[in-house]
Amino acid sequence: MKYTFDFASLQEYWPEFLRGALMTLEMTAIATVLGMVIGVLCAIGRRGKRPWLAALCGAYVEVVRNTPYLIQIFFIFFGLASAGLKLPIFAAAILTMVFNVGAYTAEIVRAGMDTIHPGQIEAAEALGLSVPQIYWDVILRPALERVYPSLTGQFVLMMLSSSVTSQISAEELTGVANSVQSESFRSFETFIVVAVLYFLMAMLLKFAFFLVGQAMFPRRRRLGTPL
Amino acid sequence: MGGSFTVNHFLYLLQGVGWTVVLSALAFALGGVAGFGVMLLRTARSALLRRISFLYVQLIQGTPLLILLFVVYFGLGVVGIELPPLLAAGVSLMVYCSAFLGEIWRGCVESVPRTQWEASEGLALTRWQTLVDVILPQAARIATPPTVGFLVQVLKSTSLASVVGFVELTRAAQVVNNSLFTPFLVFGIAGVLYFALCYPLSRWSRSLERKLNVGRRQAA
Amino acid sequence: MSAVVKLHDIHKSFGAIEVLKGVSFEIDRGEVVAIIGRSGSGKSTALRCINRLETIQSGTLEVCGHRLDQPTLDLRALRQDVGMVFQSYNLFPHLTVEQNITLAPRRVKRLPNSQARALAQESLERVGLAEKIDCYPEQLSGGQQQRVAIARSLAMQPKVMLFDEVTSALDPQLTGEVLRVMETLAQGGMTMAVVTHEMTFARRVADRVIFMHQGRVWETGPGEMLENPQTPELQAFLSNGL
Ligand SMILES: Nc1ncnc2c1ncn2[C@@H]1O[C@H](COP(=O)(O)OP(=O)(O)OP(=O)(O)O)[C@@H](O)[C@H]1O
Ligand SMILES: [Mg+2]
Repeated sequence: MKYTFDFASLQEYWPEFLRGALMTLEMTAIATVLGMVIGVLCAIGRRGKRPWLAALCGAYVEVVRNTPYLIQIFFIFFGLASAGLKLPIFAAAILTMVFNVGAYTAEIVRAGMDTIHPGQIEAAEALGLSVPQIYWDVILRPALERVYPSLTGQFVLMMLSSSVTSQISAEELTGVANSVQSESFRSFETFIVVAVLYFLMAMLLKFAFFLVGQAMFPRRRRLGTPL
Repeated sequence: MGGSFTVNHFLYLLQGVGWTVVLSALAFALGGVAGFGVMLLRTARSALLRRISFLYVQLIQGTPLLILLFVVYFGLGVVGIELPPLLAAGVSLMVYCSAFLGEIWRGCVESVPRTQWEASEGLALTRWQTLVDVILPQAARIATPPTVGFLVQVLKSTSLASVVGFVELTRAAQVVNNSLFTPFLVFGIAGVLYFALCYPLSRWSRSLERKLNVGRRQAA
Repeated sequence: MSAVVKLHDIHKSFGAIEVLKGVSFEIDRGEVVAIIGRSGSGKSTALRCINRLETIQSGTLEVCGHRLDQPTLDLRALRQDVGMVFQSYNLFPHLTVEQNITLAPRRVKRLPNSQARALAQESLERVGLAEKIDCYPEQLSGGQQQRVAIARSLAMQPKVMLFDEVTSALDPQLTGEVLRVMETLAQGGMTMAVVTHEMTFARRVADRVIFMHQGRVWETGPGEMLENPQTPELQAFLSNGL
């Protein structure tokens, strides 16, 4: 049997694809910001002096990193629903993304903070900086500069795995693809188009992170050397 | 709806664990072979081969696994090859693994000092002999921790096979939950089972890496 | 003359190992004290107790009117009065020279950004590096980095400065330029405690030398004491070089 490709019949769905892609990007942007916050707080918690908090943060990171995202989604979404808490799907999708990426971020940020030499912290203490000031100016800023490539790589991966939220009927790009393919009966073409769209979005995201990095790390911009 | 979680449900989930392991092993074995090829191409002498394989890796790594799965599942089905879900999942996971493993191993091969290649060339070894006898044994040591770490990634990824109807652990959990509707319990147990598979591997990978770092520091 | 730094019977242990076994000495305002001794004799530890990078187990310790042995200690006020320069410079690698110098004044003393650059300029002139203000640490030689570290400390206008083997990581040529900066500071009336292996510097610049041995102040006196050691331990230390 000879198969003839028919991409033309997908043209009318172009606005749908665009809407899905934009929603994916929107979810990614929100989850990146919130995941960053959770990740940094959790990394600080794991280094902190309270053993119970360090253990709690450590357990969170290990549980997330050693279970599939899809299971996390089902657990959170259907679990909350069974407990009577019906979140809007958009919010639920973002919640699972933040829960997931926060743990990966925490691990990466912690690795970055571990590269800060204790002498740096002593020097800051000797200058009279307070603990929050030391965390921000002397630990986090250089740590983030150091792990920026792996951190942004993780956020790109999160954008790609957000396709899984289609399984709780989120209307992001994969969700849109599912409805388009069932309407158009052009499944193969639909998913090829969507694959290309994801690829372009990944490139776009990488470029955006590059620009943000240039703005955030003047030393790297000027010297071009890794810290 | 209704009924409570029984031993039979648990056995059903355990059966799912079995299929998860089978699919992971299949994906890892096939992906390993293909990944080795990708690594060879990524480090080839021909710039064209390097560029093509680079594009391949970028494309696969820039596409969600779920989409890859759909492309394989619908694509090959539509072309006329009727794939059972296990094979569809196996093929897409193989492609996925080949890109990631190929890239991990390329990094390891390239971290072997250039001078090792030059010394071997001086001894009149062929490129293949150099690779097999000199480079790979050294690269393998460095490659073990990240490869074991990636195995965790593969185990988790197989949960997506549930989407095309392959009854591994995640699908089994969905089936049980659909009849009991106790998601916290059922997906919680599934999570624990995944954790039991993945966590030891994660620990192993980390301890391998620590040992490697200690060894390297002493050598330096 | 009033003492700015007073240590009395300081005891300090790391776990089971007692590193300071009853150390007492004082430093007067404007005085330069060199602390010498074998590796592991507790010099760094004693110095680090003075600005509370280490906490003591017993004894009384008063620095610029701050009682370090009291729970009421205002740590940040102490740190503003005491500057410290480290063997490994510890410049912040992600910040320019200017930002390294002005970070603490801006954060701790709330210095407006408009005045920060002038402060950095002024501090750098004191160490002879005004033209490096926009460089990053990695663009400087070791000696230059150490002088920036001194400038960074000076910018907080400390009343006492602590130096812990600040030239040990430098080759002889670069050592000279750092020691000259320290000598100028000493002549300007700065109160200084200097842990050093540079015996010529100790003899020439220090008002007083403290020889530490096995966690105790073993011998103390003016710089000339190095020509005429009283204890066999100091004698042995001086004749071995280190
Ligand atoms: N944080 C620490 N934990 C445990 N032991 C320590 C610590 N810091 C120092 N020590 C021990 O305390 C003793 C004194 O150390 P200190 O650094 O004060 O010596 P030092 O006189 O400065 O020597 P050096 O000339 O080598 O710098 C040493 O035996 C050292 O091993
Ligand atoms: Mg010392």
